[in-house]
Amino acid sequence: MRNNRLAKWLISGPPLLYLLLFFAIPSAIMAFAAFRFPGDYGGLLPLMDVNPDTGKTELLINAANFREFLTLENFARFFQEPVFFELFIKSFWYAGLTTVICLVLAYPLAWLIARSPKKHRDLLVLLVILPFWSNFLIRVYSWMIILGPQGYFARSINAVLGVIGVGPVQLLFSHFAVILVLVYVHLPFMVLPLYANLEKHDMNLLDAAQDLGANAWQRFWRITWPLSLPGVWAGAALVFIPALGMFAVPDLVGGTDGIMIGNLIKQQFLDSRDWPFGSVLSIMLTLAVLMLAGLATLIGRGGKRNAL
Amino acid sequence: MALLEIRDVVKTFGDFTAVNHVSLSVEAGEFFTLLGPSGCGKTTLLRMLAGFEQPDSGQILLDGKNVAGVPPEKRPVHTVFQSYALFPHMTVAQNIAFPLKMARVPQADIKARVDEVLDDVRLTQFATRFPHELSGGQRQRVAIARALVNRPRLLLLDEPLSALDAKLREEMQIELINLQKEVGITFVYVTHDQGEALALSHRIAVMNKGQVAQLDVPETIYSYPNSRFVADFIGQCNLLDATVVAIDDGKMKLEIEGVGIAEALPVAGAAVGARGTLTLRPEKIKLGASLPAGDDHEVHFKGKVHDCLFLGDVTIYIVELDNGTLVETMLPNAASGRARFFDDNDQVELAWRFDAGHFVLA
Ligand SMILES: Nc1ncnc2c1ncn2[C@@H]1O[C@H](COP(=O)(O)OP(=O)(O)OP(=O)(O)O)[C@@H](O)[C@H]1O
Ligand SMILES: [Mg+2]
Repeated sequence: MRNNRLAKWLISGPPLLYLLLFFAIPSAIMAFAAFRFPGDYGGLLPLMDVNPDTGKTELLINAANFREFLTLENFARFFQEPVFFELFIKSFWYAGLTTVICLVLAYPLAWLIARSPKKHRDLLVLLVILPFWSNFLIRVYSWMIILGPQGYFARSINAVLGVIGVGPVQLLFSHFAVILVLVYVHLPFMVLPLYANLEKHDMNLLDAAQDLGANAWQRFWRITWPLSLPGVWAGAALVFIPALGMFAVPDLVGGTDGIMIGNLIKQQFLDSRDWPFGSVLSIMLTLAVLMLAGLATLIGRGGKRNAL
Repeated sequence: MALLEIRDVVKTFGDFTAVNHVSLSVEAGEFFTLLGPSGCGKTTLLRMLAGFEQPDSGQILLDGKNVAGVPPEKRPVHTVFQSYALFPHMTVAQNIAFPLKMARVPQADIKARVDEVLDDVRLTQFATRFPHELSGGQRQRVAIARALVNRPRLLLLDEPLSALDAKLREEMQIELINLQKEVGITFVYVTHDQGEALALSHRIAVMNKGQVAQLDVPETIYSYPNSRFVADFIGQCNLLDATVVAIDDGKMKLEIEGVGIAEALPVAGAAVGARGTLTLRPEKIKLGASLPAGDDHEVHFKGKVHDCLFLGDVTIYIVELDNGTLVETMLPNAASGRARFFDDNDQVELAWRFDAGHFVLA
């Protein structure tokens, strides 16, 4: 019995420690920072200082003066200015659209890989992850060249549009470019969990469904799709969450109009050096994602057992 | 008109012939069994009936209509798969409702019909369970209920009991017979278990290497196998090489190699000099320390007990005849207080009536 508990701690200890050090503590520090004031030169207003007389580090904050050090103003600012909320909505929209497009593209691909002869599958999966072998920024810069006004792609598109009498469009530095590159960057993260799921499906179930009268569409919709939902959720999380916080892609291909919440957070920390407000934005983003995940779980759970 | 008619069906995979010129017909309401060793083409034949494979040649007629080109989902034929193939994301009730939904049965009727078959297979209280929450036997019953609920013209069962343990298998066999009587649906049942086939079927087609070796009612298949293969495959059987030496009114004299002369019923096509096998079931042989001289319809041999196999209800005695031939016999352990009658090396006598054995041509 005791050995058992010891073993449990030994096994779960390192990951717990890892989570504590690199997730829980940093998150707590950031949550705390959201209630503080920015410092004179950016960053945070210090809570302690070296006393020039004694040369010792002293706590500046105390029960009487804590209002000078802690505030809810950062949150108030977030809720008062609609521009932040709008940027949230826009970022969720971008990330959601990216997730849906990735799903639509990745599902058939993952299905085809899962149904291809066993000896080819590993090679096909390798091809899916091959882009990871080149640097992320290089891949995004390549898109800048492809989408740029001098690129063949943009020129051919505009040539076609010209024929039907629609003026030339700018591809780079647009919403379109942001979504396109977000999809491109995240597609493998959708393909892999879907493939892992679809590959395990029991083909007998499809035979049974067909035998019992289901046509191809019904076999997909009633058997394959519901059984692949764990893969869909995993892929959606792996795409949606990073896409939501992405700042490099909108920075490079989005232009002024294409920025997302990630850009704003980065701006707060690096450019305006308003760490408290940057922390507020980060926390609100985390909370929003958690709420969304909770909602998804609730929807996923709903009383299926008694339905017929 | 037969419900199902299979006419000269051939199916090959590459240069391997899995089903070789099979013809048979199944009557409505029949419990028909395809019996044969592993790899003899039973599943392949069943998959052609379900529509998953197309015959290379020959026809399959259901209610007199050729079903060639009709896809599985359009055939009034449902299958109970060996692996059950229950949908893991659906409850028992949802699994059973599936074929009704596919057939667009009105929602109101679905509930009533699901409840009805749930009752038939005694699973009413498990309706809201998922397949992984059931035992093997319960899953089996769900699979059967799901295949039955939409009242197919033909129910195909591919070794449905092979994953169950012996005790449960026996219970399910009885349930299957009752269920089939109750619903009156025609069953085509595949098994490689001869005991199961004999117990369940109205008629059996014994298959060997893609062909039908014998097709008849269980009693005939058992007592009058038409070939050495069938005799050997069905139950325990002594196979004694024999040559026909004389035929007179209603009897045939056989020279059993190294044993002596025995008599048997004549069979069609056996002429003097024909070689073949005398098939003789162990339970038809009399065994005793000394047997009274019977009438002249009996054949007598002497030997000694070579091996005893105590099976509980009966004991199998392998008797070595004077010339070394081994003959399997059995005695029921009926006498009270006596577990078995002989021991190794006891001197015994064997006898059987002339019509106990059945001669098949080689
Ligand atoms: N799709 C296929 N491709 C190639 N050969 C096949 C295919 N399906 C079946 N066979 C071969 O056809 C033969 C008959 O197979 P089948 O599955 O019908 O046997 P079975 O009688 O059902 O045997 P078992 O009792 O083991 O299930 C086997 O030798 C098998 O290897
Ligand atoms: Mg089989």
